[in-house]
Order: sequence, then structure tokens, then C-alpha cells
Amino acid sequence: MIKVKKKKTGLCEVDLDGELTIYEAASLKEELFKKIEKCKGVSINLSNVSELDTSCFQILIAAKRECDKREIEFTMNSHSPAVLDVMDLYNMGSYFGDPLVL
Amino acid sequence: MSSPEETFLLECGELLTSMEEALLEMEDNPSDPDSIGAIFRAAHTIKGTGGVFGYDDVEAFTHIVENVLDKVRDNEITVDSNLIAILLSSCDHMEVLVTKAVANEDISDDDKVVDAGLRASLNQYLGVTAPGTNTESTTEIVEGKSSVEIENTGSMVISDNWHISLRFDLEVLQNGMDPLSFMRYLQKIGEIVHVTTLHDDFPSLEEFDPELCYLGFEIAFSSEADKEEIEQVFEFVRDMCTLHILPPRAQIQHFAEVIQSLPEDDMRIGEILIASGVLTERELSNALNSQNKECEGVEACTPTPIGEVLVETKVVHEEVLNVALSKQNKGQLSKSAKQTVLRVDADKLDSLINLVGELVISGATANMLSNNSGDELLIESMSSMSRLVEEIRDNALNLRMVQIGETFNRFKRVVRDVSKELGKDIILNINGADAELDKTVVEKIGDPLMHLIRNSMDHGIESSADRIAAGKDAQGNVWLNAFHDSGNIVIEVADDGRGLDRDKLLAKAHEKGLISDGQVLTDHEVFRLIFEAGFSTAEKVTNLSGRGVGMDVVRRNIEALRGSVDVDKNEYGGTTVSIRLPLTLAIIDGFLVRVGDSSYVIPLDMVNECIELEKGERDENGMHGYINLRDEVLPYLRLRDYFDEPCTQKNNESIVVVKYGSNKAGFVVDELLGELQTVIKPMGKILQNVKGLSGATILGSGNVAIILDVPNLVQRAIQSNNVHGIKSGSENVVLH
Repeated sequence: MIKVKKKKTGLCEVDLDGELTIYEAASLKEELFKKIEKCKGVSINLSNVSELDTSCFQILIAAKRECDKREIEFTMNSHSPAVLDVMDLYNMGSYFGDPLVL
Repeated sequence: MSSPEETFLLECGELLTSMEEALLEMEDNPSDPDSIGAIFRAAHTIKGTGGVFGYDDVEAFTHIVENVLDKVRDNEITVDSNLIAILLSSCDHMEVLVTKAVANEDISDDDKVVDAGLRASLNQYLGVTAPGTNTESTTEIVEGKSSVEIENTGSMVISDNWHISLRFDLEVLQNGMDPLSFMRYLQKIGEIVHVTTLHDDFPSLEEFDPELCYLGFEIAFSSEADKEEIEQVFEFVRDMCTLHILPPRAQIQHFAEVIQSLPEDDMRIGEILIASGVLTERELSNALNSQNKECEGVEACTPTPIGEVLVETKVVHEEVLNVALSKQNKGQLSKSAKQTVLRVDADKLDSLINLVGELVISGATANMLSNNSGDELLIESMSSMSRLVEEIRDNALNLRMVQIGETFNRFKRVVRDVSKELGKDIILNINGADAELDKTVVEKIGDPLMHLIRNSMDHGIESSADRIAAGKDAQGNVWLNAFHDSGNIVIEVADDGRGLDRDKLLAKAHEKGLISDGQVLTDHEVFRLIFEAGFSTAEKVTNLSGRGVGMDVVRRNIEALRGSVDVDKNEYGGTTVSIRLPLTLAIIDGFLVRVGDSSYVIPLDMVNECIELEKGERDENGMHGYINLRDEVLPYLRLRDYFDEPCTQKNNESIVVVKYGSNKAGFVVDELLGELQTVIKPMGKILQNVKGLSGATILGSGNVAIILDVPNLVQRAIQSNNVHGIKSGSENVVLH
């Protein structure tokens, strides 16, 4: 579900994959925030996300807010179709500000 | 009958009652939009739920009523007394239909005739001749009619899109609903032009729980669908979200609706307007500035109210402002009215109250044991527990308390119908509708009150011609008053009619053999004769009253509730019947006294004071007597003699002064033991007819104490003293 690679620069590359739904939300939140606690930047790869629901989408928002608070970089890349769909429905693309490949 | 249908029946009953009330209100005030709205909503809900349950008769008939109401609301039909009469009958008919439908019975032929008649009259208003025509006008949307007004006011949002404002409750995700699915569904019935996802409510990371929903949405939506269809998208989350749907070309009525539905109270007018989207913050601050400018440099200046400023500057339409103002005024009121109501099975409530009763008794036992033990800590904790038990008791009893207003309001219709029937002009005045009393009492008081009101209208109040001849207002008055008085509730039915005829009553009483020839009666005693069985002075028997079965039934019904009823002349020359009832039937605060070896309980509400019976006075009088209480004559009754208790002491007797209605009396007891929470246990069959006892209770020690029937004993103290007085008087005559 979640893999984190920490680079020497302190930037964390996070890979999320599989079905991100409310069933996983609680553990995902805990694990994600534990793993990025010491990071100096977060980049999330969403290419393998097959399903995304509102609860897990909220985790992404929370992550973005947290990074903004800590004044570190937060980006997402390689949005999978499932993620793009949610981004589109909620019109939240501009909030995250990542380039989206449609 | 399964339970959802039962609920449907109950709800329909309530809706029909409120519809009826609103109709009567509208009769006085035909253009009141509130009553029209209330009537419409009631009919609409009944139609809707009737449809859900598949009660076609109910749905079809209510549909026609609703169509008429719709036209009334749009001012296409003017309200006149004829229409009100038809709508009132429709109300009654709907009740019949609903009851029959729920009971699964077919409607009778009589009802079918009524049905057809009402349909025909209603259709006349619709301008339709063929009965049963289905005009599609059920949607609640009032569209576009005031586009001109919008241009005039110039400041309204002009948009061809629906505006959907959606705030989910936190738990929505946990309930298996995902806002995403509603968005997807919306896409099916139209086009989402724009979405703004609000995430300002996100908590800090520690508090953030991904299983709760923190998002809100403002959606611009383009669709051919009507409001109902859009609302139905959110059907499954109706209870879990706050939803506002503003139609395209948003206009006055809709702003008014939004204002009405705002939950907050005590808001300032500007806040209300902003919250409802009528006004922007910028517009408000502009208006406030101009309001301030007005007063610059002028002392003791009263600024123009902000609402007027807004209307003058054409920022807000006057209609919208009026709605907002009434919303502001109603703030506090609507808050109390909107209290959520929970339906509870009456049996559950009764069993709770029984348990509380047992709790009170065992609490008393524990209290006594702790006092005997002398353990201070224990006594202290027991006393705080007793206080809690007392509060629980009061709260539990309060659950059963209902306002009498609902019962009173029912009579508005009765008075209206009966006065039409009798050809008299009579209005009903209600006072003290907020007085509360036990639900069981309220239920049982309806019939006696109905009797009394009908009596007043039929016998009491004269015809308009007679009234004018007697120099009175042509319009007769009937009053229904309720108020609390020393642990009782008093309900008065009064009229300003011709009053009771003393001579007629006396003649009738002689005829019936109720009084003997030489007997001299006071006015009051003569009036009380009407409560005797078979007594009616009405010369002609109408279908309302005059059969002489009414008043004694009223008296018996009320006495069965441990109450009493009295009648007298009033200041308007008419008659006042006052009913006095105990507030509750289950638990009371008692005052415990000892007489001989037994304990007795006097209801604390009736106890006025306790005084010592001086030795001199005691020796002077026997079982009964008078004492001089601060220059007032106080008859007293010696309970020891009355209940034949053995004499264990001679000294220090006390008098408990009790008050019932306007009468006071003293009970002589051996010892005062103090206050006690008392659970009234009914007397067994054998003791039921013993006068002077109203029940029994169990003391902490396990002993039984008798609860005194104060009204009865007070009467006895006064009467026996009269007899006593007369006797001693005649003895005196002999002696001299």
C-alpha cells in the first residue's frame, strides 16, 4: 500500500498503490504521517492507485496541509485514472497545483 | 397494525390538527402567508407519505386539495369563508380516509358521497369540471415569475445554473456514503458546471480522522431537472447533510426560504441576510458606513435601521427584508418550537415511573438506615443521593407533562362549528395554554371540557338579538383559562351569557325532590345543584345539550381524576365552571405526621403552615372546633378521633393548616415528622370507598402510611363544625 524512499536531500518519495478506500484509511494515515515525519519534502507517486475514495482523498489534503504548515515541498505525480477522476470531480487540481496529464 | 403505519397515522393526526388550526387562523387573517404555508405543507406531507404507503385514496384526494392550496398561495384564488368551510371539511375527510386506509378498510358509501361532493367543490375552485383531473403542479418551486423585480432590484444573482450548497455531517463516510458517488450521480442528470470543494474545516493533523468527512461543496449545476429530482439525488444522505438548493434565476421567494431555514437565532439582520446569500459582506459594510455617516456630528441621533438603509439603496428587496425581520423576531420562539421530539411508547414511560417510585421508596429506607447508623460520611453521601433521586423523580414525572394548549386549541374548531350550528356569534378566548399537567389527565379532561363548552354556548350565551337587547356586545365570549394553584391545576370554562337562573334551578330541584320545601340555600349551593344527576333546566332539548346527563357525568369524570368541580357566577354576569385537578397521579411530595401509632401523609403542596395547638383551646373544644388563627376562623379536625387512633399522649399536639381551593382547615396531629417523597399506591378494593383516604405509601421503615384525602377532610372539618356549631347553639338556647 505504501512505500517510502528517503533521499539524501531529505526528500521522501512515496509510492501509493492499490485500493485506497475507507477500509485502509486509518492505517494509511498513521503510516504515511509517521514515515514523512522527518522528511524535508514529500513527493507522492500515484501511478498504481487503482481506487481512491473521499476518505483517502482527505488524507492527501491533510498531507498537503501538513507540508504547507511545515513549509516543505509537497508534490504528487503520475496520477492514475482513478485519482484523476476524483481530482476532476472535486475540482481540486488547482489546490494541489501539480501538472496533470489528462 | 405495523409500526410505520402507526407512525403515519399519528403524524397525519398531528398534521391535520395543525392544518385545521392554520385554517382557523386564516379565517381571521386571510392573507397571512404563514398559515397558507402551514396548510400547504401539511397537505403536501400527507399526500407524499400517503403515496409512499400506497394509499391511493388519500393521495388522490389530497392532491386536489393541494392544487387548490397551490392556487391560494399564488393568489389565484381568494380566500373566503366558503373555501375555508370546504377545506375544513376536506380536513375531516382526509382524516377518515387516512384512518380507513391504515385500518385496511374500504371507505363506506356515505364517505364516497362526501368524497365526490368535496371533489366537485374543490374542482370548482380549480376551474376544472371533470373530477379527478391530475394537474401537474406538485413541485414546490416558484419559478421565474419575478424576473422583472430582479432587474429592478438589480443586485440579485442572475444565473442560469442551479446552486447546490452541500455540507456533509462528519459521520457520512462511516455510514458507507461517499460524496463522490453523489457527484457522479449529479453528472447523470445534468452537467456540473463548477465545483468548489471547501476544506477549511480540516482539523489539525492529530485530530484528523480520515474516516470523518470534512469537506463541503458549492456546486453550480446546469440541468433540466426540477428541484425535487435534484433533491432526490441526496435522498440517502438527507439526514446526514445540510443541503440548500437554489434554483436558477434565484429570486425572492427562494431567498426567503433560505432565510427561514437558517438554524441560528439571535442574529443581527445583516448577518441573516449575508448568511442567506441575499447580501454580500461588501454590500453590508457599505450600508453600515452610510448608516454611520448619517449620524456624524449629530448628537442623540437615531440612525435609520439597517434594513431600511438596505431597502432604500435598492440592495435588498423589501419582501426579503420582511422575511428576514420576522425570522429575527421569531429567533427565540422558533428555537423552543424546534426542540426535537422523541416518540416514546407510553408503557415504557409508565414502567420508568414505576421504577422511579420503587427507587424513591428504597431510597427512603437507605436514608433511614444511614441516619440510624450515625456514620457521618454515609449520611452525607446518602443525602446527596436523595437529592439526585428527587431530581430524577421530578424529571421522570415531567416526561409525562404536556401543555394543555393542544387540548384547548381543539375547541376552537368546536366553538366555530357549534356557533354556526346555533346561529350565534361566539368566540373562544384561551388563557394559560402553557400550563402543564399529566398526559393521562389531559386525555381524560377533553370530554368533560367539551360538555362544559357546549353547555355554555347552548344555554349560557344568548342569541345576538337577545344580547343586544340586554345591552351586551352582539358577539358572545367563551373563555378557557388554565392556571396553577397550590399543587393543582385549575381549568375554568367561563361565558358572558345570561348566567344561571336561581329560581328555575330551585323549582326544578323541588320537582325532582332534591331539596325539601323549608330548605334555605345560598346562591352557590343552588348553582351546585346542576351537578346532580338528571338535572337540566333547558326548556328544549337540543342535540347539543339539555338531556340532563351532562353535568353529573362531568362531575364524576373529574372526581375520578381526584379532582373537583365547582360553578359560580362571574363578573360578566355569566357562569364560570372551575375544574381543579391534581398535577400528577403518581408521586407527590408529602408531609409526614404521626397520630397515635400510625403515620399519615398530607400532600405537601396543600400544607400552608404548622402551629401548636394550645392546651387551653384543646380542652375547650372536642373532636371538632375552631381556633383563632391571626383573627381568622380556622375550623379543625382532630385526626386521632376521626381515625379512632389510641391515645398515647396528651401533650404537645400540633395543627397542620391545609388549604384546598379557597377553604382552609387544620388537622390536629400528635407529631410532625417532616417532608417525604411519597409514591402513591392505590388502596385495595375494600378500602376504596372509605372517605378521607386517597391512597397509601410505603415508608423507609417498611411501614404503611395513609395518604389523606385533603379536599374531603377539609369539607368534613367545615361541615361537621357547622353541625357542631348549630347543636351547641341550640343547647345554648335550652340552657338560657
